[in-house]
Amino acid sequence: MFREITLGQYYQTDSLLHRLDPRVKVAGVFFYIISLFLIDRFAGYLAAGAFLFAAVALSRVPFRYILNGMRPVLFLLSITVLFNLFLTPGEHVLWRFWRLQLTMEGGRFALKMAFRLIFLITASTLMTLTTTPNQMTDALEKLLRPLRRLHVPVHEIAMMMSIALRFIPILTEELDKIQKAQMARGADFESGGLLARVRAMVPLLVPLFIAAFRRANDLAMAMEARCYRGGEGRTRMKPLRYQRRDGVAYLVLILYFAAAAATRAVPF
Amino acid sequence: MASPAVHGLSAELADGQFIGLIGHTGSGKSTFVQLLNGLLRPSSGRILYNSEDVWGQKYDRKKLRAEVGLVFQYPEHQLFEADVLTDVCFGPRNMGLSAEEQKERALAALRQVKLDESCYAMSPFELSGGQKRRAAIAGVLAMQPKVLILDEPTAGLDPRGRDEIYDLISGMHRELGITILLVSHSMDDVAKYMDRILVMNGGVIACDGTPKEVFSRVRELEEMGLAAPQISYIMRHLQEQGIPVRTDALTVEEAAREILRRLPGKRDTAAER
Repeated sequence: MFREITLGQYYQTDSLLHRLDPRVKVAGVFFYIISLFLIDRFAGYLAAGAFLFAAVALSRVPFRYILNGMRPVLFLLSITVLFNLFLTPGEHVLWRFWRLQLTMEGGRFALKMAFRLIFLITASTLMTLTTTPNQMTDALEKLLRPLRRLHVPVHEIAMMMSIALRFIPILTEELDKIQKAQMARGADFESGGLLARVRAMVPLLVPLFIAAFRRANDLAMAMEARCYRGGEGRTRMKPLRYQRRDGVAYLVLILYFAAAAATRAVPF
Repeated sequence: MASPAVHGLSAELADGQFIGLIGHTGSGKSTFVQLLNGLLRPSSGRILYNSEDVWGQKYDRKKLRAEVGLVFQYPEHQLFEADVLTDVCFGPRNMGLSAEEQKERALAALRQVKLDESCYAMSPFELSGGQKRRAAIAGVLAMQPKVLILDEPTAGLDPRGRDEIYDLISGMHRELGITILLVSHSMDDVAKYMDRILVMNGGVIACDGTPKEVFSRVRELEEMGLAAPQISYIMRHLQEQGIPVRTDALTVEEAAREILRRLPGKRDTAAER
C-alpha cells in the first residue's frame, strides 16, 4: 500500500547526461524553463522541442519512464488547456455556447500553454532521472553558495535536504512494519468511508511520528559523536569538478538560449 | 523477481504446543511467521488453519488474525493511544465487540501480563521499556488468540525483563493452554522453556524435534551459524576431561543434577532437591 512511494526516481545507466556535472544539469533546467516562458513564436517551440528531444536521446532513459513523470500532472495539464481553450477572448469566434467561446486565439494560446507545460515537466523529469538525489543536493549547495554572504545557511539547508531524502526509504519501511503490526491487531485500512479511512490512519501516523523523532534524535547524537559542526571548513569525499564535457554543455546551453531568445523576432 | 525468502517449507503446528523457532538472521523466520496469520500471501503453496485454506475465496482473514495473534519485534513501537487501557482495547474494538466486552478483555489481558494497575490510565510513553513491552503484548492477548506467535519478545530487554517475559509466556501456555510459537536467538532460553524446536536455515526447516533431539546435532547447528546451549559445551568439556557425565543436559538445573550424580559418595540424594 505504501511501498510505491518513491522520490528521486533515478534511472541507473551510463550516458553522457548521467556523467554530466549535476551543476550543469540544475543550471540547464533552470535556464531551459526561463527560455520556455521567453519564447512566443512557434519557431521558438520548435527549437525548445528539438533541444529537449536531443537531451532525451542522449540520456538513454527509456521513453516510458519520461511519460510516467507526466502522469501526476496530467490533470493539471488538461484543466489548463480547457480553461485557456474556452475562456480566452478573441475576434475569430469558432463556436459559442452560453459564456464559453472557442476562438482562434484561445486555440493557439492553449496549444502554446500545453507545449510549455509538457516541455517543463519533461525537462525536470529528465533531470531527476539522470541525477541522484545526493548529486542534486551537492549541486544546489555549490550553486547557492553566493547566498552565504546574505547569511543564508546554505550548507545546513543542503544537509537537511539530503537527510530528508535519506529518511524516505527508512520511514517507508518503518510504516510498513507498523501497518503490519496494526493489521495483526485487526486494523482495517481498506474498507469504510472516507472518514473511517482517515481515522484508520491514526494508529499508523502516531507511531510513525514517534519513530521519526526517535530516529532524528539518534542521528543527531551520532552526528555530534562524530564532531559534526556544520559546513565551516568541511571537505568532501567526492568534490564536484568540472570536466571538459561540462564546459561544452554550458556552451551548447548558451547557444540554445540565444537561439530561443532570437525566435521572438521571427514573424511566426 | 527477487529470490523467495522461504521455499519448500512444510510444518505442522499442533494445538497446545510450545514451539521455539530459531535460525540465523535472514533464514526466513519473519517471513514464516507473517505467513501464518495471513499478513503475507504465499506465491505458491497453502497455509491451512484448522484444515481451512486461509487464502481461500471466502476465508475471513480478519478473524484469522484475531485467532492467530502475532506479536512483532519491538511491539512497543506500535502503541499509539493516549492511555494504556484504550490502546489494549484496539484489538477487541477491531473485532467489533461491545465497549464493556472490550474493556473486560483488555483488563484481563493486562492482568495476564502482570502490569501494575496504576499503569492502566497512564500514557504508554510514560512506561518503562519492560512495561511498554508487556502493554504491547497485552494488546495482542486482548483478542484472546488461540495461537500466539511472538517474534523475539525479549530483544533489547535486560536479563530481569527477559526472565519476566519468559515466565509470563510459559505461564500463559500452562494456564490458558494456547499454542505458542516463539522466535528466539537465545539457545539457553529455547532449551529451558520449549517442548519443540524448529530450526530454519536458508528458507527451509532444517531440524524439527524436541530440544534434546535438535541440540544433539551440534555440528549441523554450528554450520548454520547457531549453537547449542552454553551449558552443553561445559558438559562436553567435563567429559573430555575424563569425568563420566552425560552430555545431553540442556539447562543449568539438569546439568547440576547430572554432575552431582557423578560426584563420589553423594549418589542420587543431592539431586532430589
